[in-house]
Amino acid sequence: MENLGALAVLLAFCLSIYAVFGSAVGALKKKPFLILSAERAVYSIWILLTLASSLLVYALLTGDMRLAYVAGRTNHAMPTIYKFTAWWGGQEGSLLFWSWILSSYSAVVTWTNRRKFRQIMPWVIAVLMSTQCFFLILNAFVESPFQVLAVGKGVVAVQDGRGLSPLLQYWAMAIHPPMLYLGYVGFVVPFAFAMASLITRQPGDAWIHTTRRWTIITWLFQSCGIILGAGWAYAVLGWGGYWGWDPVENASLLPWITATAFLHSVMMQEKKGMMKVWNMALISATFLLCIFGTFLTRSGIVSSVHAFGVSAIGKYFVAFIAIGLGACVYLILSRLDYLKSEAHLESIVSRESSFLFNNLILLASCFAVLWGTLFPVITEAIMGEKVSVGAPFFNRVNIPIGLFLLFLTGVGPLIAWRRSSLESLKRAFLWPTVAAVLLVAVLIVAGIRHFYALMSFGLCLFVAATIVSEFFKGSRAIAARNNMNLVRAMVELTHRNTRRYGGYIVHMGIVLMFVGFTGAAFNKDDTVEVGTGETFRLGKYEMKVREIQDGDTPNYMWQRAVVDISKGGEQIGTLRPERRIYKASQEPNSIVGIRRRLNEDLYLNFASMSQSSSDKAVIQAFVFPLVSWIWIGFGVLFAGSIICLIPPKVRLQYARTEVVGVVQKHAKVEK
Amino acid sequence: MKTYGKFAILVVAIVGTLIWLAAGGISESKTYYKTIEEVTRMGQDSYGKRIRVTGDVVPGSIRREGKEVHFTICEKDKGLRLNVVYKGTDPLPDTFRDDAQAMADGKMDPSGTFHASSIAAKCPSKYEAKPGSGKPAAKPLNQKASIS
Repeated sequence: MENLGALAVLLAFCLSIYAVFGSAVGALKKKPFLILSAERAVYSIWILLTLASSLLVYALLTGDMRLAYVAGRTNHAMPTIYKFTAWWGGQEGSLLFWSWILSSYSAVVTWTNRRKFRQIMPWVIAVLMSTQCFFLILNAFVESPFQVLAVGKGVVAVQDGRGLSPLLQYWAMAIHPPMLYLGYVGFVVPFAFAMASLITRQPGDAWIHTTRRWTIITWLFQSCGIILGAGWAYAVLGWGGYWGWDPVENASLLPWITATAFLHSVMMQEKKGMMKVWNMALISATFLLCIFGTFLTRSGIVSSVHAFGVSAIGKYFVAFIAIGLGACVYLILSRLDYLKSEAHLESIVSRESSFLFNNLILLASCFAVLWGTLFPVITEAIMGEKVSVGAPFFNRVNIPIGLFLLFLTGVGPLIAWRRSSLESLKRAFLWPTVAAVLLVAVLIVAGIRHFYALMSFGLCLFVAATIVSEFFKGSRAIAARNNMNLVRAMVELTHRNTRRYGGYIVHMGIVLMFVGFTGAAFNKDDTVEVGTGETFRLGKYEMKVREIQDGDTPNYMWQRAVVDISKGGEQIGTLRPERRIYKASQEPNSIVGIRRRLNEDLYLNFASMSQSSSDKAVIQAFVFPLVSWIWIGFGVLFAGSIICLIPPKVRLQYARTEVVGVVQKHAKVEK
Repeated sequence: MKTYGKFAILVVAIVGTLIWLAAGGISESKTYYKTIEEVTRMGQDSYGKRIRVTGDVVPGSIRREGKEVHFTICEKDKGLRLNVVYKGTDPLPDTFRDDAQAMADGKMDPSGTFHASSIAAKCPSKYEAKPGSGKPAAKPLNQKASIS
């Protein structure tokens, strides 16, 4: 069976090479049969990789302990669902997963565009398959998941495996990696279209229209992946937070930042024909950062607490990134003539300039995060000693950036293209500003002195007010004209221009998330050693340990503290923070107890048994104000993104200003 | 081109501010990775700098005195030792025991004892790389994430 799996991967590798050359040669020499055969190679690769993946999953589910991967990642007592998720729980399997997703995407893209874009499709396939080829090299020759455990010449099986790392045996962790991969891998597609349109010297921006939905969907997957990771860190890791600026977290954030910048700046190209080179650079950067992120998490180049492992695959990634970077730079530079801007910046107070600042600031943030992440590598190369920077560095840079972005979120969509008059600014922003200033004043009176927190709350209200007023103005007009009530009118308004109003809803989600982030300025925590019957306090909560239980399951042993919570003498609930020691791996894990409320979360972590007296538990208690708004905000963001994907009721034609001497060929807005 | 001039000034101002903030952030939180040998060799230079030192916990050296935890880490092949005092509030990780590889974050004091503000540890053999991307930290060594 393992031979069949390995063979399938190997065949897929050969086919991917064929597809790259078949497509490229077919396009250059205009040989339709070569192009067609390359397309079929794409489908075949998908079939082969699906076969290989199914074999691996089958081995995982049935517990085929002859395979090193199976023995290393599962044990018999594990729940079936985690046996399945072990597919992406380890290096080799997750690389195969990567390849499989890419092959699925490629097959879908090839199929849906089989009669469209005949000029660029061969090149799209060539780019997709080059990436596929790279990952298949890793699957086939470097990190094969079908390695068997062998002694001498005989294949051996171990009695039971070591089990999946307990940290990964949690629901959010089961879906977090696939989400993130769907996002990571998804950006290969718009990138492939961009490169293909560069190679074939397409004028215009058909590639942007074609891949708009695709980009939003992958962006959404990435956002889901990141937020699930944060939610998991919050609920499982028990250190009391959702984001720690760890290299591996940063790796997932970097392409998300450039992708966000890209989503915004393509609007400039669609509507004004500006920033064409910039968009090419952004999509290339996003693609390369996706690969770079994969590299960072797997190679162990930057040590992080949970990625101690050092692997040999680093040099392959470096080579691939170098080649990719070289190719992107060459293509963009050699095609500059086709990427001329069609308009100029006219005023500093204009929609254009707000987009520029949005991009500038996102890129600055991306650069700062990258710099901080790679700081140990950089200092080692320059000064010969490893120096790392921690959370204070990232926070210092990114908090002002975040606040400025929040400001632009409110201002950008409301100011006019080209230039804005003072009068129109006053009309749009007078009331939101007044509201924000009032809120800040009230908060100061209420005793809040934290500068960033005040700024953040003020800006949140400012942005929320601008968004609400936009909805209100638009729907009131519709309501008056069509005799509808305001709610119907609002739905109608959103439906007429889903992109715009969906975008506003996404912005609203971001605002709510910022409210949640800002709560962190008021976190409280305490660590206590308590035995049964003892009490402790944090903030306005009083906690009493009712009992400390322990128990045993086939998969793990557990200890649990049952803690009664009361506030002002009145009992309001019970939390049961738990600690597990997984038997197969002998690794501990904690399941924290959280009382989630909209105003604040009470969070208890059973850290360990006390080492000084054996019947006492060490409990860390935290109060996290407003943290729930992060998850709520994300829900809103999700809904907004979905609305953006709904085709608008009214097809809008954007009149381009100052289009000089370029005939615009409007491609169909379809995938 | 006046617009572009204004624009350039704004860009420079923003980027400048960010660089200034970044520089401050770096000098506040930079941590040197050192082996025990390097820390010993640094002598007086090491005082006051944030250092992350790694070594194996000497069996039997872990000793508790009230809230303080004293222990010794060593570099086995070189026979070097370093005494560490931990006074942090966070409980020590379960993996912190005899022979575990410990990473201590903190500062040297002139008496030659290392004052750690946080400790991370991994078991001698059990630990394996946990691949897969985007997995947030088990526990960041430097600081809890906070917006302050």
